[in-house]
Amino acid sequence: MDKSVATMAAAIADIADGMTIMIGGFGGSGAPIELIHALIDRFRATGSPKNLTIVNNNAGNGRIGIAAMIDAGMVAKMVCSFPRSADPRAFTEKYLAGEIGLELVPQGTLAERIRAGGAGIPAFYTPTSYGTDLAKGKPTAQFDGRMYVQERWLKADAAIIKAELADRQGNLTYRKAARNFSPLMAAAASVTIVQATRIVEPGAIDPEAVITPGIFVNRIVEISDAQQEEALMRAGVAY
Amino acid sequence: MMHKLSNAQIAWRAAQDITDGAYVNLGIGFPEMVAKFQPPDRQAIFHTENGILNFGESPPEGEEDWDLINAGKKAVTLKPGASFFHHADSFAMVRGGHLDVAILGAYEVAETGDLANWSTGPKGVPAVGGAMDLVHGARRVAVITDHVTRDGKPKLVKNCTLPLTGVACVSRVYTSLAVIDIEGGRFVLREKLPGLSLDDLQAVTGAQLVIGGAVGDLIVPEV
Repeated sequence: MDKSVATMAAAIADIADGMTIMIGGFGGSGAPIELIHALIDRFRATGSPKNLTIVNNNAGNGRIGIAAMIDAGMVAKMVCSFPRSADPRAFTEKYLAGEIGLELVPQGTLAERIRAGGAGIPAFYTPTSYGTDLAKGKPTAQFDGRMYVQERWLKADAAIIKAELADRQGNLTYRKAARNFSPLMAAAASVTIVQATRIVEPGAIDPEAVITPGIFVNRIVEISDAQQEEALMRAGVAY
Repeated sequence: MMHKLSNAQIAWRAAQDITDGAYVNLGIGFPEMVAKFQPPDRQAIFHTENGILNFGESPPEGEEDWDLINAGKKAVTLKPGASFFHHADSFAMVRGGHLDVAILGAYEVAETGDLANWSTGPKGVPAVGGAMDLVHGARRVAVITDHVTRDGKPKLVKNCTLPLTGVACVSRVYTSLAVIDIEGGRFVLREKLPGLSLDDLQAVTGAQLVIGGAVGDLIVPEV
């Protein structure tokens, strides 16, 4: 078994128009910038993929990563908890012009919906958002004297995430707090595509240290010099 | 102009109630300041939504590691005993009632304990982050806030007029003028600035203040 592919273009080749794509990262930490930019390259060359629904905690920053996808016109809708950042212009402009959709989800509910999607749990109850505008239209129920809101699972056609080490069977480790949503997304997507800082042979990662088991991973591409969104922001880079 | 505490002084006062060994989440922005005033003889362990327990202050400029940030996307450092975890575990800590206290900012707090702190209305781009989860997770949800808005209107009210973050979730409010507990759907005054009369405090509070015992002096050092 070898899930590694040679190029980013090959890794993302089957991302198609209209897909729902989960993208790992919290702000810049864990953002798979190179694979996002590979999607933009393909869109510029071929006009596809477009009309995408993107699931991420945020909605892009500056002129790189998800913000650059939005600027390019590839994104129809964001599912996120916090569509603000140091420079949220890309999303804000399109949102206020009515050109992009938004499903605002409380952060813990977003994480749990993705977890439920990966775990085969179609719905669950949470106290989060009870009595607020974000619970409107959702079923509620009382358990042990307290009110809860029913939330549905969230699944995706593809997940695009960043890992630190990947072995050829897809076992992953992450770097520091870059892990965030990525292990959940890997399980919740039909196809999980990983950019890893280093690809190693099976056995090179201590099984005790594996965070995402390879069963949740389909494709890996090595990006050894992966860039940080925050560093690109500070350098004023536009993609 | 009524004497009032600075934001740093409100944060200092809130920090005095954090016990040794407490697991604490501080909301982004003003509440992050509470960590600076943690009494040195007590160890609190700070939680951030994006998957770190026991993080410390920001590193010097130029030494940031952008995989090591807090929920406000600021670079942080790790303390001995720190751990990383994914977002579902992070919010299991929150919703599962494992945090001892969350300290959050507020636009409005109602005497019922309702909190409005995520949206100022339908204009602009809505953003909620982890606020709605935090208010239902921590064993104690405290608010730090100026007692009134910039144009002098009460922030402690009978009913919130802005979109709610959570219903009946706040248990204590630290303001620029007083420390107030929410008990049985009422504001119970615990401490007020020494020099401030009860009538003057009531005049800038949007719901009845209840005296539930001795009212202490709110004395805070210059910080």
